[in-house]
Amino acid sequence: MLDRDGSFRPDAWRHLADDEAPAAGEAVTVSFKRWQAEPERWSDRTGPLGLRLPNDVPPAAFGPAATRFALIALNFPRFIDGRAYSQARLLRGRFGFKGELRAAGNVLRDQLLFMVRCGFDSFEVDADRARAEDWPQAFREFEQFYQPAADRGEPILRQRLRSWPTAAE
Amino acid sequence: MLALYRYDEFDRKFLEGRVAQYRDQVRRRLAGQLSEDEFRSLRLMNGLYLQLHAYMLRISIPYGTLSSAKLRGLAEVARRWDQGYGHFTTRQNIQFNWIRLEDTPDILAHLATVELHGIQTSGNSFRNITTDPFAGVASDEIEDPRPYCEIVRQWAALHPEFSFLPRKFKIAISAAGEDRAAVMIHDLGLYLRRNDQGEIGFTVAVGGGLGRTPILAQTVRDFVPRRDVLAYITACLRVYNQYGRRDNLFKSRIKILVQSLGIEKYRQEVETEFAAMGDEREALALPDEAVAAMQAQFAPPAYADAAGDKAALLAAIAAEPEFARWVERNIRPHKQPGYSIVVISLKPPGRPTGDCSATQMNAIADLADAVSAGEIRVTHDQNLVLPYVRQGALYDLWLRLGAAGLATPNIGLASDIICCPGLDYCSLAAARSIPIAQALAMHLAKREAEIGPLQIKISGCINACGHHHVGHIGILGLEKNGAESYQITVGGSDNAQAALGGIVGPAVAAHEVTATVDRLIDAYLRLRHEGEQFPDTYRRVGLAPFKEAHFVAR
Amino acid sequence: MLGHPVFKLVTGNRLRDGKVVYFAGGSTWTPTIAEARLVEDGDGAALLAEAQAGPPPHPAIAPTLIEATRDGNRVVPMTLRERIRACGPTISHYGG
Repeated sequence: MLDRDGSFRPDAWRHLADDEAPAAGEAVTVSFKRWQAEPERWSDRTGPLGLRLPNDVPPAAFGPAATRFALIALNFPRFIDGRAYSQARLLRGRFGFKGELRAAGNVLRDQLLFMVRCGFDSFEVDADRARAEDWPQAFREFEQFYQPAADRGEPILRQRLRSWPTAAE
Repeated sequence: MLALYRYDEFDRKFLEGRVAQYRDQVRRRLAGQLSEDEFRSLRLMNGLYLQLHAYMLRISIPYGTLSSAKLRGLAEVARRWDQGYGHFTTRQNIQFNWIRLEDTPDILAHLATVELHGIQTSGNSFRNITTDPFAGVASDEIEDPRPYCEIVRQWAALHPEFSFLPRKFKIAISAAGEDRAAVMIHDLGLYLRRNDQGEIGFTVAVGGGLGRTPILAQTVRDFVPRRDVLAYITACLRVYNQYGRRDNLFKSRIKILVQSLGIEKYRQEVETEFAAMGDEREALALPDEAVAAMQAQFAPPAYADAAGDKAALLAAIAAEPEFARWVERNIRPHKQPGYSIVVISLKPPGRPTGDCSATQMNAIADLADAVSAGEIRVTHDQNLVLPYVRQGALYDLWLRLGAAGLATPNIGLASDIICCPGLDYCSLAAARSIPIAQALAMHLAKREAEIGPLQIKISGCINACGHHHVGHIGILGLEKNGAESYQITVGGSDNAQAALGGIVGPAVAAHEVTATVDRLIDAYLRLRHEGEQFPDTYRRVGLAPFKEAHFVAR
Repeated sequence: MLGHPVFKLVTGNRLRDGKVVYFAGGSTWTPTIAEARLVEDGDGAALLAEAQAGPPPHPAIAPTLIEATRDGNRVVPMTLRERIRACGPTISHYGG
């Protein structure tokens, strides 16, 4: 696991197979399929609960329940498939998800900063490769962004208004 | 004072950072740390394609506006790292055909010093925001669209949510009665308007595009207030990013999504998203002061009192028929009395359309400094524009353009052909296009005065980079049994009355194209009424007469 | 070119500069098509595997099998596209 602060740590979560018992007390993720099939099974359970969400689930289906999870893992089946970026923005924005947002799948160094800006906290990576290629450096590479995003509220255009002339010189 | 956007410290640091990042990505690629698969989308994000003979670098010319310094910077790329020329494209960009990967970090660093880059000229994200090449000086515009182009460009620049869309995304903005930006063939188009209360806003249209399935854009909302336009566009993109197809490259543009959902359902999804945006809508809001600050960047140059220039101009026209012809064809009316818009033809018959040598670029830069407030525009017809020329300077300008091979008097005429690079350069092409354009231009130049305005557009493959679907006469290169063949369409149009052309007959061999086009033009000349341009005649008489003209008994 | 036997060879673009190159055998890639290693049709797959072998960074991008015939000393690709890749654009352009 790689965190947005650049540190590597072991994964504290385990994925529960669809036919496995709820494993009280543990930090487990469940598949979206299972959650949809038996949403009420988890309300009394102790231990943090996470959701692994496929990237083709519409917002109405995953959004309203999001705050019930401590972790939501979103999927990038190929790094060029960018649907999870929008899922992340919706979870952080409209649906008010405050838990850990994790990126899984084909997660590569050159997309890490995009992911952070969309609200991701943690990344499932090949730790050997990530260390060898100094992936943590990717988080520190830039401070300049034009658009507001999950990480930064005010668009640059408004920030710069203070220094720009308002009439032609 | 330049009448275009100048980078401030933020923009410079942004670009420097990205150039440094790219330099490291190239290093990792050449060292074998990145596979071609992983590197491809990274280099595409900086405009670097791999073509038939070499890498091709596409440089963004935001909304087609250049300063003389930028144009000289491009000339330097051509001279130092390429083969002495560049090619202006149908999206107001420039391409260099003979680039080496190992040179690209230096090239991008050099371009950054003149505030140019290749960011997002390729890949599945936003492409160049294009607009009217006469923006700011056209007499029929409501407001200059370019400040809005720059606002959208910044919003779109390496957007973290939308950098991996299902497919490329092209935006155009128009602010005049006549649409000179071909908005209707774009993924998302904005028409600047005033509502009944006199407020500025935009009609938002979505889902236009050419290629395999040419479709014209449809209106999503008739009037989005200016303040909300970035939030509304975000909603449009968020729906596309989630629902656009990812399984089939040929069905992944937004036009396919709009078609399959239907415009009502797509609109509903957008409006639902827009209504739910909450804080984000506020974060993206454009207050009037923000727009005014951006508009101040584009304030026009100080115009001289040129009302008296007219007499000298008329005298020169009377004295020199060749100058008169150039004025008649290459000058467009300007909103400022005594001034003209000058279109520089990059279509001398027999030359590859849209090509410009480094020497010519430097000559144009000097002329821009001398007579056009240091500014040049690029059209989507692959020509250049000097937007601020007083009429008293036109004769001298014409002489100097002529000396540089840049005074061909053919703007909007039959030899002013739009043509993609085709199989001579492009790895996507099915057939060559440039030799077809060259032969046609040389042949038709002799009769183009008689023909009058005519837009011929040629594409070397179904991807339609030559916009053949919207040509008055369109030519599409195909490959049939290993040989090149050409399918011809008529009646297309890319202005406010946008239309797709109709196929006139089976594809013909390369050596038959000129004669076939000739017959189609003959039919038009026979059938046209007074004042009718090709699309008018086509709308009146239909496809049948042209099918007949296409056909030759064997 | 009726009657001429058809050979297979491997082409790609050179990584560092994008130049068209042909696999000459071993680990050698050449911009000169006459120097390309030609094999019979049935040996194409093996040639391609040989061309693709080697540690990263591979010198050529996207090695691909193509067909060509021999005409005296010349190697002539079967498709127009590959002929254009071998000989360059068929049009002249601006220089300087």
